[in-house]
Amino acid sequence: MSALIEIADAEKTFTMHLQGGVRLPVVRGVSFDVQPGECVVLAGPSGAGKSSILKMIFGNYRCDSGRIDILHRGARIDLANAEPRQILDIRRATIGYVSQFLRAVPRVSTLDVVAEPLLVTGVPRAEARARAGALLGRLNIAERLWSLPPATFSGGEQQRVNIARGFISNLPILLLDEPTASLDAANREVVVGLIAEKKRDGVAMVAIVHDDEIRARIADRLVDVAAFAAAA
Amino acid sequence: MAESNSATQDNDRPLLVAEGLTKSYGRVLACRDVSFVLYPGEVLAIVGESGSGKSTLLQLLSAQLAPSAGKVSYRMRDGVLRDLNALGEAERRFLFRTDWGYVHQDPAMGLRMAVSAGANVGERLMAVGWNHYGKIRDTASSWLERVEIGLDRIDDAPKTYSGGMRQRLQIARNLVTEPRLVFMDEPTGGLDVSVQARLLDLMRGLVGELGLAAVVVTHDLAVARLLSHRVMVMKGGSVIETGLTDQVLDDPREPYTQLLVSSILPA
Ligand SMILES: Nc1ncnc2c1ncn2[C@@H]1O[C@H](COP(=O)(O)OP(=O)(O)OP(=O)(O)O)[C@@H](O)[C@H]1O
Ligand SMILES: Nc1ncnc2c1ncn2[C@@H]1O[C@H](COP(=O)(O)OP(=O)(O)OP(=O)(O)O)[C@@H](O)[C@H]1O
Ligand SMILES: [Mg+2]
Ligand SMILES: [Mg+2]
Repeated sequence: MSALIEIADAEKTFTMHLQGGVRLPVVRGVSFDVQPGECVVLAGPSGAGKSSILKMIFGNYRCDSGRIDILHRGARIDLANAEPRQILDIRRATIGYVSQFLRAVPRVSTLDVVAEPLLVTGVPRAEARARAGALLGRLNIAERLWSLPPATFSGGEQQRVNIARGFISNLPILLLDEPTASLDAANREVVVGLIAEKKRDGVAMVAIVHDDEIRARIADRLVDVAAFAAAA
Repeated sequence: MAESNSATQDNDRPLLVAEGLTKSYGRVLACRDVSFVLYPGEVLAIVGESGSGKSTLLQLLSAQLAPSAGKVSYRMRDGVLRDLNALGEAERRFLFRTDWGYVHQDPAMGLRMAVSAGANVGERLMAVGWNHYGKIRDTASSWLERVEIGLDRIDDAPKTYSGGMRQRLQIARNLVTEPRLVFMDEPTGGLDVSVQARLLDLMRGLVGELGLAAVVVTHDLAVARLLSHRVMVMKGGSVIETGLTDQVLDDPREPYTQLLVSSILPA
Protein backbone atom coordinates (compact mmCIF):
# COMPACT_ATOMS: atom_id res chain seq x y z
CA MET A 1 0.00 0.00 0.00
CA SER A 2 1.38 3.42 -0.85
CA ALA A 3 0.49 6.73 0.75
CA LEU A 4 -1.56 9.21 -1.27
CA ILE A 5 -0.21 12.11 0.78
CA GLU A 6 3.27 12.23 2.27
CA ILE A 7 4.28 15.40 4.06
CA ALA A 8 7.86 15.84 5.19
CA ASP A 9 9.15 18.76 7.25
CA ALA A 10 6.67 21.28 5.93
CA GLU A 11 6.94 24.75 7.39
CA LYS A 12 4.84 27.89 7.31
CA THR A 13 5.51 31.40 8.56
CA PHE A 14 3.50 34.49 7.69
CA THR A 15 5.31 37.80 7.42
CA MET A 16 2.94 40.70 7.92
CA HIS A 17 4.49 43.59 6.05
CA LEU A 18 1.66 45.95 6.88
CA GLN A 19 2.31 45.36 10.59
CA GLY A 20 5.94 46.39 10.49
CA GLY A 21 7.13 43.07 9.08
CA VAL A 22 6.21 41.02 12.13
CA ARG A 23 6.83 37.31 11.57
CA LEU A 24 4.17 34.84 12.61
CA PRO A 25 5.59 31.31 12.67
CA VAL A 26 2.66 28.88 12.40
CA VAL A 27 3.99 25.35 11.94
CA ARG A 28 7.33 23.67 11.47
CA GLY A 29 8.42 20.07 10.92
CA VAL A 30 4.98 18.97 9.74
CA SER A 31 5.39 15.31 8.80
CA PHE A 32 2.69 12.68 8.33
CA ASP A 33 1.21 10.54 5.62
CA VAL A 34 -2.25 9.40 4.64
CA GLN A 35 -3.06 6.01 3.18
CA PRO A 36 -5.93 5.16 0.83
CA GLY A 37 -9.20 4.66 2.72
CA GLU A 38 -7.84 6.38 5.80
CA CYS A 39 -9.18 9.47 7.57
CA VAL A 40 -6.54 11.40 9.49
CA VAL A 41 -7.94 14.03 11.83
CA LEU A 42 -5.83 17.06 12.72
CA ALA A 43 -6.18 17.92 16.38
CA GLY A 44 -4.98 20.93 18.32
CA PRO A 45 -6.18 24.17 19.85
CA SER A 46 -7.57 27.11 17.94
CA GLY A 47 -4.83 28.90 16.05
CA ALA A 48 -2.51 25.88 16.10
CA GLY A 49 -2.41 25.85 12.30
CA LYS A 50 -4.85 23.08 11.38
CA SER A 51 -6.58 25.00 8.61
CA SER A 52 -3.25 26.33 7.39
CA ILE A 53 -1.97 22.77 6.93
CA LEU A 54 -5.07 21.82 4.91
CA LYS A 55 -4.61 24.91 2.76
CA MET A 56 -0.98 23.99 2.16
CA ILE A 57 -2.01 20.51 1.03
CA PHE A 58 -4.49 22.13 -1.37
CA GLY A 59 -1.86 24.57 -2.64
CA ASN A 60 -3.86 27.55 -1.43
CA TYR A 61 -1.13 28.56 1.04
CA ARG A 62 2.51 28.32 0.10
CA CYS A 63 4.87 26.06 1.94
CA ASP A 64 8.12 27.77 2.98
CA SER A 65 10.16 24.58 3.08
CA GLY A 66 9.70 20.82 3.14
CA ARG A 67 7.73 18.59 0.78
CA ILE A 68 4.10 17.73 0.21
CA ASP A 69 4.15 14.66 -2.01
CA ILE A 70 0.88 13.78 -3.69
CA LEU A 71 0.15 10.67 -5.72
CA HIS A 72 -1.28 12.30 -8.81
CA ARG A 73 -2.20 10.45 -12.01
CA GLY A 74 0.02 7.56 -10.94
CA ALA A 75 3.12 9.61 -10.18
CA ARG A 76 4.45 11.32 -7.09
CA ILE A 77 4.52 15.10 -7.34
CA ASP A 78 5.74 17.60 -4.75
CA LEU A 79 2.93 20.09 -4.50
CA ALA A 80 5.01 22.46 -2.39
CA ASN A 81 7.21 23.06 -5.41
CA ALA A 82 4.74 22.53 -8.26
CA GLU A 83 3.86 24.96 -11.04
CA PRO A 84 0.45 26.66 -10.85
CA ARG A 85 -0.85 24.64 -13.78
CA GLN A 86 0.21 21.41 -12.09
CA ILE A 87 -1.59 22.43 -8.91
CA LEU A 88 -4.73 23.18 -10.93
CA ASP A 89 -4.50 19.76 -12.54
CA ILE A 90 -4.06 18.15 -9.11
CA ARG A 91 -7.25 19.92 -7.98
CA ARG A 92 -9.09 18.74 -11.07
CA ALA A 93 -8.05 15.11 -10.83
CA THR A 94 -6.77 14.34 -7.33
CA ILE A 95 -7.59 16.65 -4.41
CA GLY A 96 -11.01 17.88 -3.33
CA TYR A 97 -11.40 20.42 -0.54
CA VAL A 98 -14.36 21.33 1.61
CA SER A 99 -13.39 24.68 3.05
CA GLN A 100 -14.75 25.97 6.32
CA PHE A 101 -16.85 28.53 4.51
CA LEU A 102 -18.33 28.37 1.04
CA ARG A 103 -16.67 30.75 -1.36
CA ALA A 104 -18.79 30.27 -4.44
CA VAL A 105 -18.70 32.20 -7.65
CA PRO A 106 -21.43 34.83 -7.38
CA ARG A 107 -24.61 34.49 -9.40
CA VAL A 108 -24.14 30.79 -10.21
CA SER A 109 -27.01 28.49 -9.20
CA THR A 110 -26.55 26.04 -6.36
CA LEU A 111 -27.04 23.10 -8.70
CA ASP A 112 -24.23 24.34 -10.95
CA VAL A 113 -21.95 25.20 -8.02
CA VAL A 114 -22.22 21.56 -6.95
CA ALA A 115 -22.02 20.10 -10.47
CA GLU A 116 -18.96 22.12 -11.49
CA PRO A 117 -16.22 19.74 -10.26
CA LEU A 118 -17.79 17.05 -12.45
CA LEU A 119 -18.14 19.35 -15.46
CA VAL A 120 -14.45 20.22 -15.44
CA THR A 121 -13.58 16.53 -15.64
CA GLY A 122 -15.78 16.15 -18.70
CA VAL A 123 -18.96 14.64 -17.24
CA PRO A 124 -21.92 15.67 -19.45
CA ARG A 125 -24.00 18.52 -18.03
CA ALA A 126 -27.23 16.57 -17.62
CA GLU A 127 -25.54 13.76 -15.73
CA ALA A 128 -23.54 16.20 -13.56
CA ARG A 129 -26.71 18.07 -12.64
CA ALA A 130 -28.58 14.88 -11.86
CA ARG A 131 -25.83 13.74 -9.52
CA ALA A 132 -25.67 17.21 -7.94
CA GLY A 133 -29.42 17.13 -7.32
CA ALA A 134 -29.24 13.67 -5.77
CA LEU A 135 -26.51 14.75 -3.36
CA LEU A 136 -28.25 18.02 -2.46
CA GLY A 137 -31.40 16.01 -1.77
CA ARG A 138 -29.49 13.65 0.46
CA LEU A 139 -28.15 16.64 2.38
CA ASN A 140 -31.71 17.94 2.80
CA ILE A 141 -31.38 21.03 0.62
CA ALA A 142 -34.90 21.71 -0.63
CA GLU A 143 -35.30 21.48 -4.39
CA ARG A 144 -36.76 25.00 -4.59
CA LEU A 145 -33.32 26.33 -3.58
CA TRP A 146 -31.35 24.55 -6.29
CA SER A 147 -31.79 27.23 -8.91
CA LEU A 148 -30.71 30.04 -6.57
CA PRO A 149 -27.11 31.13 -5.95
CA PRO A 150 -26.11 30.04 -2.43
CA ALA A 151 -25.00 33.55 -1.39
CA THR A 152 -28.23 34.26 0.52
CA PHE A 153 -28.50 30.81 2.16
CA SER A 154 -28.20 30.22 5.89
CA GLY A 155 -24.82 29.17 7.30
CA GLY A 156 -25.81 25.53 7.58
CA GLU A 157 -27.30 25.47 4.08
CA GLN A 158 -24.16 27.00 2.61
CA GLN A 159 -22.04 24.47 4.39
CA ARG A 160 -24.11 21.61 3.00
CA VAL A 161 -23.75 23.05 -0.51
CA ASN A 162 -20.02 23.17 0.13
CA ILE A 163 -20.04 19.56 1.31
CA ALA A 164 -22.01 18.44 -1.75
CA ARG A 165 -19.51 20.22 -3.99
CA GLY A 166 -16.61 18.50 -2.24
CA PHE A 167 -18.12 15.02 -2.14
CA ILE A 168 -19.62 14.87 -5.63
CA SER A 169 -16.51 13.83 -7.52
CA ASN A 170 -14.57 10.63 -7.11
CA LEU A 171 -11.23 12.21 -6.28
CA PRO A 172 -8.67 10.08 -4.43
CA ILE A 173 -7.95 12.75 -1.78
CA LEU A 174 -10.42 14.83 0.19
CA LEU A 175 -9.64 17.63 2.67
CA LEU A 176 -12.37 18.56 5.14
CA ASP A 177 -12.27 21.69 7.30
CA GLU A 178 -14.94 21.37 9.99
CA PRO A 179 -17.54 19.91 7.66
CA THR A 180 -20.11 19.37 10.41
CA ALA A 181 -19.57 22.55 12.42
CA SER A 182 -22.88 24.29 11.77
CA LEU A 183 -25.07 21.28 11.00
CA ASP A 184 -27.92 19.78 12.98
CA ALA A 185 -27.80 16.18 14.19
CA ALA A 186 -29.61 14.73 11.19
CA ASN A 187 -27.30 16.39 8.69
CA ARG A 188 -24.22 15.47 10.73
CA GLU A 189 -25.33 11.84 10.35
CA VAL A 190 -25.54 12.29 6.58
CA VAL A 191 -21.97 13.63 6.51
CA VAL A 192 -20.67 10.78 8.67
CA GLY A 193 -22.31 8.39 6.18
CA LEU A 194 -20.71 10.17 3.21
CA ILE A 195 -17.28 9.97 4.85
CA ALA A 196 -17.74 6.23 5.49
CA GLU A 197 -18.57 5.72 1.80
CA LYS A 198 -15.45 7.60 0.75
CA LYS A 199 -13.37 5.37 3.01
CA ARG A 200 -14.83 2.29 1.37
CA ASP A 201 -13.91 3.81 -1.99
CA GLY A 202 -10.29 4.11 -0.83
CA VAL A 203 -10.26 7.88 -0.57
CA ALA A 204 -7.54 9.37 1.64
CA MET A 205 -8.95 12.10 3.89
CA VAL A 206 -7.53 14.77 6.14
CA ALA A 207 -10.18 16.33 8.36
CA ILE A 208 -10.54 18.94 11.06
CA VAL A 209 -13.45 18.22 13.42
CA HIS A 210 -14.08 19.82 16.76
CA ASP A 211 -17.03 17.65 17.79
CA ASP A 212 -15.62 14.81 19.94
CA GLU A 213 -18.31 12.33 19.04
CA ILE A 214 -18.01 12.88 15.29
CA ARG A 215 -14.24 12.80 15.53
CA ALA A 216 -14.31 9.48 17.34
CA ARG A 217 -16.53 8.04 14.63
CA ILE A 218 -14.59 9.17 11.57
CA ALA A 219 -10.94 9.28 12.70
CA ASP A 220 -8.65 6.37 11.92
CA ARG A 221 -5.73 8.30 13.35
CA LEU A 222 -5.13 11.64 15.08
CA VAL A 223 -2.27 13.95 14.25
CA ASP A 224 -1.58 16.48 16.97
CA VAL A 225 -0.77 19.79 15.30
CA ALA A 226 0.48 21.23 18.59
CA ALA A 227 3.54 19.02 18.08
CA PHE A 228 4.38 21.14 15.04
CA ALA A 229 4.16 24.41 16.93
CA ALA A 230 6.70 26.79 15.46
CA ALA A 231 6.41 29.66 17.92
CA ALA A 232 9.68 30.31 19.70
CA MET B 1 -17.97 27.64 -36.64
CA ALA B 2 -14.67 29.27 -37.60
CA GLU B 3 -13.48 27.36 -40.60
CA SER B 4 -9.82 27.42 -39.69
CA ASN B 5 -10.05 25.70 -36.32
CA SER B 6 -8.83 22.31 -37.45
CA ALA B 7 -5.22 22.21 -36.30
CA THR B 8 -4.70 19.94 -33.34
CA GLN B 9 -3.81 21.65 -30.09
CA ASP B 10 -1.14 20.36 -27.84
CA ASN B 11 -2.04 21.60 -24.39
CA ASP B 12 1.30 20.71 -22.89
CA ARG B 13 3.27 23.01 -25.12
CA PRO B 14 3.50 26.73 -24.41
CA LEU B 15 1.31 29.00 -26.51
CA LEU B 16 3.02 32.29 -25.70
CA VAL B 17 6.52 32.74 -24.33
CA ALA B 18 7.88 36.06 -23.03
CA GLU B 19 11.61 36.30 -22.41
CA GLY B 20 13.21 39.29 -20.73
CA LEU B 21 10.70 41.76 -22.13
CA THR B 22 11.85 45.31 -21.57
CA LYS B 23 10.53 48.61 -22.84
CA SER B 24 11.87 52.04 -22.08
CA TYR B 25 10.49 55.44 -23.03
CA GLY B 26 13.52 57.67 -22.73
CA ARG B 27 14.47 57.35 -19.09
CA VAL B 28 11.16 55.71 -18.07
CA LEU B 29 11.46 51.95 -17.83
CA ALA B 30 7.81 51.08 -18.47
CA CYS B 31 8.44 47.35 -18.45
CA ARG B 32 11.49 45.61 -17.07
CA ASP B 33 12.74 42.09 -17.79
CA VAL B 34 9.41 40.23 -17.82
CA SER B 35 9.49 36.50 -18.53
CA PHE B 36 6.70 33.94 -18.37
CA VAL B 37 5.06 31.11 -20.25
CA LEU B 38 1.35 30.89 -21.08
CA TYR B 39 -0.22 27.54 -21.93
CA PRO B 40 -3.32 26.89 -24.03
CA GLY B 41 -6.48 27.48 -22.00
CA GLU B 42 -4.65 29.40 -19.28
CA VAL B 43 -5.92 32.78 -18.10
CA LEU B 44 -3.26 35.10 -16.72
CA ALA B 45 -4.22 38.29 -14.89
CA ILE B 46 -1.82 41.21 -14.71
CA VAL B 47 -2.54 43.44 -11.72
CA GLY B 48 -0.82 46.46 -10.27
CA GLU B 49 -1.14 50.17 -9.67
CA SER B 50 -1.59 52.83 -12.30
CA GLY B 51 1.57 53.38 -14.32
CA SER B 52 3.11 50.04 -13.32
CA GLY B 53 3.45 48.96 -16.94
CA LYS B 54 0.48 46.65 -17.41
CA SER B 55 -0.77 48.11 -20.67
CA THR B 56 2.76 48.41 -21.99
CA LEU B 57 3.32 44.71 -21.30
CA LEU B 58 0.07 43.80 -23.03
CA GLN B 59 1.09 45.75 -26.10
CA LEU B 60 4.49 44.08 -26.12
CA LEU B 61 2.89 40.65 -25.82
CA SER B 62 0.51 41.33 -28.68
CA ALA B 63 3.29 42.70 -30.91
CA GLN B 64 1.78 46.15 -31.11
CA LEU B 65 4.91 47.55 -29.56
CA ALA B 66 8.48 46.49 -30.24
CA PRO B 67 10.49 45.70 -27.09
CA SER B 68 13.70 47.55 -26.26
CA ALA B 69 15.06 44.14 -25.24
CA GLY B 70 13.77 40.60 -24.98
CA LYS B 71 11.33 38.75 -27.18
CA VAL B 72 7.88 37.19 -27.44
CA SER B 73 7.23 33.90 -29.21
CA TYR B 74 3.88 32.42 -30.19
CA ARG B 75 2.97 28.91 -31.25
CA MET B 76 1.28 29.23 -34.62
CA ARG B 77 -1.48 26.85 -35.70
CA ASP B 78 1.09 24.74 -37.51
CA GLY B 79 2.65 23.99 -34.10
CA VAL B 80 5.81 26.03 -34.66
CA LEU B 81 6.90 28.55 -32.02
CA ARG B 82 7.80 31.79 -33.82
CA ASP B 83 9.44 35.01 -32.67
CA LEU B 84 6.78 37.68 -33.14
CA ASN B 85 9.28 40.36 -34.05
CA ALA B 86 10.63 38.20 -36.85
CA LEU B 87 7.16 37.90 -38.40
CA GLY B 88 6.33 40.07 -41.35
CA GLU B 89 3.65 42.73 -41.01
CA ALA B 90 1.23 40.65 -43.10
CA GLU B 91 1.73 37.58 -40.91
CA ARG B 92 1.16 39.63 -37.78
CA ARG B 93 -2.03 41.12 -39.18
CA PHE B 94 -3.18 37.61 -40.08
CA LEU B 95 -2.63 36.50 -36.47
CA PHE B 96 -4.71 39.42 -35.25
CA ARG B 97 -7.53 38.56 -37.61
CA THR B 98 -7.62 34.84 -36.93
CA ASP B 99 -5.88 33.56 -33.84
CA TRP B 100 -6.06 36.52 -31.48
CA GLY B 101 -8.59 38.83 -29.97
CA TYR B 102 -7.93 42.18 -28.33
CA VAL B 103 -10.55 43.67 -26.04
CA HIS B 104 -9.92 47.34 -25.31
CA GLN B 105 -11.11 49.13 -22.20
CA ASP B 106 -12.74 51.70 -24.47
CA PRO B 107 -15.09 49.82 -26.82
CA ALA B 108 -14.83 52.66 -29.30
CA MET B 109 -11.25 51.54 -29.98
CA GLY B 110 -12.27 47.97 -30.72
CA LEU B 111 -15.49 48.57 -32.64
CA ARG B 112 -16.56 50.48 -35.69
CA MET B 113 -19.01 52.75 -33.98
CA ALA B 114 -21.01 53.82 -37.02
CA VAL B 115 -21.70 50.45 -38.65
CA SER B 116 -24.30 47.97 -37.47
CA ALA B 117 -23.63 45.47 -34.68
CA GLY B 118 -24.17 42.63 -37.14
CA ALA B 119 -21.56 44.07 -39.46
CA ASN B 120 -19.12 44.60 -36.61
CA VAL B 121 -19.22 40.88 -35.90
CA GLY B 122 -19.56 39.76 -39.53
CA GLU B 123 -16.57 41.80 -40.60
CA ARG B 124 -14.21 39.57 -38.60
CA LEU B 125 -15.62 36.51 -40.36
CA MET B 126 -15.21 38.08 -43.79
CA ALA B 127 -11.62 38.88 -42.88
CA VAL B 128 -10.96 35.17 -42.45
CA GLY B 129 -12.56 34.34 -45.78
CA TRP B 130 -16.24 33.77 -45.08
CA ASN B 131 -18.30 34.99 -48.02
CA HIS B 132 -21.76 33.50 -47.68
CA TYR B 133 -23.98 36.36 -46.50
CA GLY B 134 -26.62 34.13 -44.88
CA LYS B 135 -24.07 32.13 -42.93
CA ILE B 136 -22.28 35.26 -41.75
CA ARG B 137 -25.54 36.79 -40.58
CA ASP B 138 -26.59 33.60 -38.79
CA THR B 139 -23.27 33.29 -37.00
CA ALA B 140 -23.28 36.98 -36.08
CA SER B 141 -26.83 36.60 -34.72
CA SER B 142 -25.95 33.60 -32.64
CA TRP B 143 -22.98 35.47 -31.16
CA LEU B 144 -25.10 38.50 -30.33
CA GLU B 145 -27.48 36.19 -28.50
CA ARG B 146 -24.57 34.60 -26.69
CA VAL B 147 -23.48 37.98 -25.37
CA GLU B 148 -27.08 38.82 -24.49
CA ILE B 149 -27.72 41.47 -27.11
CA GLY B 150 -31.31 41.31 -28.39
CA LEU B 151 -31.59 40.48 -32.08
CA ASP B 152 -33.83 43.51 -32.54
CA ARG B 153 -30.65 45.54 -32.09
CA ILE B 154 -28.56 43.74 -34.72
CA ASP B 155 -28.98 46.48 -37.32
CA ASP B 156 -28.24 49.31 -34.90
CA ALA B 157 -24.77 50.83 -34.69
CA PRO B 158 -22.91 50.56 -31.37
CA LYS B 159 -22.90 54.33 -31.03
CA THR B 160 -26.56 53.86 -30.01
CA TYR B 161 -25.61 51.22 -27.39
CA SER B 162 -24.97 51.57 -23.65
CA GLY B 163 -21.43 51.06 -22.31
CA GLY B 164 -22.12 47.52 -21.15
CA MET B 165 -23.71 46.55 -24.48
CA ARG B 166 -20.78 48.00 -26.39
CA GLN B 167 -18.37 45.96 -24.32
CA ARG B 168 -20.39 42.79 -24.90
CA LEU B 169 -20.45 43.53 -28.61
CA GLN B 170 -16.69 44.01 -28.60
CA ILE B 171 -16.35 40.60 -26.98
CA ALA B 172 -18.59 38.98 -29.60
CA ARG B 173 -16.58 40.62 -32.37
CA ASN B 174 -13.38 39.25 -30.89
CA LEU B 175 -14.56 35.73 -30.20
CA VAL B 176 -16.51 35.01 -33.37
CA THR B 177 -13.41 33.75 -35.16
CA GLU B 178 -12.65 31.39 -32.27
CA PRO B 179 -9.26 32.82 -31.41
CA ARG B 180 -6.86 30.80 -29.28
CA LEU B 181 -5.59 33.80 -27.35
CA VAL B 182 -7.36 36.95 -26.21
CA PHE B 183 -5.76 40.06 -24.75
CA MET B 184 -7.95 42.24 -22.57
CA ASP B 185 -7.04 45.62 -21.12
CA GLU B 186 -9.34 46.53 -18.21
CA PRO B 187 -12.35 44.89 -19.88
CA THR B 188 -14.69 45.90 -17.06
CA GLY B 189 -13.22 49.35 -16.42
CA GLY B 190 -15.49 52.33 -16.77
CA LEU B 191 -18.69 50.31 -16.34
CA ASP B 192 -20.93 50.55 -13.33
CA VAL B 193 -20.88 47.75 -10.84
CA SER B 194 -23.98 45.77 -11.82
CA VAL B 195 -23.00 45.97 -15.49
CA GLN B 196 -19.50 44.82 -14.59
CA ALA B 197 -20.88 41.80 -12.76
CA ARG B 198 -22.93 40.70 -15.75
CA LEU B 199 -20.00 41.17 -18.12
CA LEU B 200 -17.75 39.20 -15.81
CA ASP B 201 -20.19 36.28 -15.64
CA LEU B 202 -20.38 36.30 -19.40
CA MET B 203 -16.61 36.37 -19.87
CA ARG B 204 -16.07 33.65 -17.31
CA GLY B 205 -18.57 31.39 -19.07
CA LEU B 206 -17.14 32.00 -22.53
CA VAL B 207 -13.50 31.59 -21.53
CA GLY B 208 -14.35 28.27 -19.88
CA GLU B 209 -16.50 26.95 -22.72
CA LEU B 210 -14.11 27.92 -25.49
CA GLY B 211 -10.97 26.91 -23.59
CA LEU B 212 -9.39 30.24 -24.48
CA ALA B 213 -6.03 31.40 -23.28
CA ALA B 214 -6.17 34.99 -22.13
CA VAL B 215 -4.02 37.75 -20.70
CA VAL B 216 -6.23 40.13 -18.74
CA VAL B 217 -4.98 43.44 -17.42
CA THR B 218 -7.05 44.63 -14.48
CA HIS B 219 -6.66 46.71 -11.37
CA ASP B 220 -9.64 44.86 -9.88
CA LEU B 221 -8.60 41.84 -7.83
CA ALA B 222 -12.16 40.49 -7.86
CA VAL B 223 -11.87 40.26 -11.66
CA ALA B 224 -8.56 38.46 -11.31
CA ARG B 225 -10.03 36.03 -8.78
CA LEU B 226 -13.03 35.19 -10.93
CA LEU B 227 -11.37 34.96 -14.32
CA SER B 228 -7.76 33.95 -13.94
CA HIS B 229 -5.76 30.87 -13.09
CA ARG B 230 -2.57 32.80 -12.44
CA VAL B 231 -1.66 36.36 -11.54
CA MET B 232 1.37 38.54 -12.05
CA VAL B 233 1.69 41.57 -9.79
CA MET B 234 3.51 44.53 -11.35
CA LYS B 235 5.10 47.51 -9.69
CA GLY B 236 7.30 50.13 -11.30
CA GLY B 237 7.58 48.11 -14.52
CA SER B 238 8.69 44.88 -12.83
CA VAL B 239 6.85 41.71 -11.95
CA ILE B 240 7.21 41.51 -8.17
CA GLU B 241 5.11 38.43 -7.43
CA THR B 242 3.49 35.71 -9.49
CA GLY B 243 1.65 32.46 -8.86
CA LEU B 244 -1.62 30.62 -8.67
CA THR B 245 -4.36 33.23 -8.31
CA ASP B 246 -5.90 32.04 -5.04
CA GLN B 247 -2.43 31.52 -3.55
CA VAL B 248 -1.26 35.04 -4.34
CA LEU B 249 -4.53 36.58 -3.13
CA ASP B 250 -4.92 34.47 0.04
CA ASP B 251 -1.25 34.22 0.98
CA PRO B 252 0.41 37.29 -0.54
CA ARG B 253 4.12 37.46 0.08
CA GLU B 254 5.38 40.87 -1.04
CA PRO B 255 4.61 44.05 0.91
CA TYR B 256 2.98 45.67 -2.11
CA THR B 257 0.80 42.61 -2.81
CA GLN B 258 -0.30 42.52 0.82
CA LEU B 259 -1.26 46.17 0.53
CA LEU B 260 -3.24 45.52 -2.67
CA VAL B 261 -5.06 42.57 -1.11
CA SER B 262 -5.80 44.35 2.15
CA SER B 263 -7.37 47.30 0.40
CA ILE B 264 -10.20 45.30 -1.15
CA LEU B 265 -13.16 43.47 0.25
CA PRO B 266 -12.88 39.68 0.14
CA ALA B 267 -14.34 38.17 -3.02
N1 LIG C 1 -3.55 34.34 5.35
C1 LIG C 1 -3.04 34.52 6.59
N2 LIG C 1 -2.28 35.60 6.84
C2 LIG C 1 -1.76 35.79 8.06
N3 LIG C 1 -1.92 34.96 9.11
C3 LIG C 1 -2.68 33.87 8.92
C4 LIG C 1 -3.29 33.60 7.66
N4 LIG C 1 -3.97 32.44 7.77
C5 LIG C 1 -3.80 32.01 9.04
N5 LIG C 1 -3.03 32.86 9.73
C6 LIG C 1 -2.61 32.70 11.14
O1 LIG C 1 -2.04 31.41 11.31
C7 LIG C 1 -2.39 30.86 12.58
C8 LIG C 1 -3.04 29.51 12.38
O2 LIG C 1 -4.31 29.68 11.80
P1 LIG C 1 -5.23 28.48 11.36
O3 LIG C 1 -6.44 29.05 10.71
O4 LIG C 1 -4.43 27.52 10.58
O5 LIG C 1 -5.58 27.83 12.78
P2 LIG C 1 -6.56 26.64 13.16
O6 LIG C 1 -5.76 25.64 13.88
O7 LIG C 1 -7.30 26.18 11.97
O8 LIG C 1 -7.56 27.35 14.18
P3 LIG C 1 -9.15 27.18 14.39
O9 LIG C 1 -9.32 25.92 15.15
O10 LIG C 1 -9.51 28.38 15.20
O11 LIG C 1 -9.78 27.17 13.05
C9 LIG C 1 -3.30 31.88 13.23
O12 LIG C 1 -2.52 32.65 14.12
C10 LIG C 1 -3.79 32.73 12.09
O13 LIG C 1 -4.07 34.03 12.49
N1 LIG D 1 3.98 56.21 -25.33
C1 LIG D 1 4.57 56.50 -24.17
N2 LIG D 1 5.51 57.45 -24.07
C2 LIG D 1 6.11 57.74 -22.91
N3 LIG D 1 5.84 57.11 -21.75
C3 LIG D 1 4.91 56.16 -21.77
C4 LIG D 1 4.21 55.80 -22.95
N4 LIG D 1 3.34 54.81 -22.66
C5 LIG D 1 3.47 54.56 -21.35
N5 LIG D 1 4.41 55.35 -20.81
C6 LIG D 1 4.85 55.35 -19.40
O1 LIG D 1 5.15 54.01 -19.04
C7 LIG D 1 4.69 53.71 -17.73
C8 LIG D 1 3.76 52.51 -17.76
O2 LIG D 1 2.56 52.86 -18.45
P1 LIG D 1 1.36 51.84 -18.70
O3 LIG D 1 0.37 52.51 -19.57
O4 LIG D 1 1.92 50.56 -19.17
O5 LIG D 1 0.78 51.68 -17.22
P2 LIG D 1 -0.48 50.84 -16.70
O6 LIG D 1 0.04 49.90 -15.67
O7 LIG D 1 -1.24 50.29 -17.82
O8 LIG D 1 -1.30 51.98 -15.95
P3 LIG D 1 -2.91 52.21 -15.85
O9 LIG D 1 -3.40 51.26 -14.80
O10 LIG D 1 -3.00 53.62 -15.38
O11 LIG D 1 -3.50 51.97 -17.19
C9 LIG D 1 4.06 54.99 -17.22
O12 LIG D 1 4.99 55.67 -16.46
C10 LIG D 1 3.71 55.75 -18.48
O13 LIG D 1 3.71 57.14 -18.25
MG1 LIG E 1 -9.34 26.34 11.29
MG1 LIG F 1 -3.20 50.65 -18.60
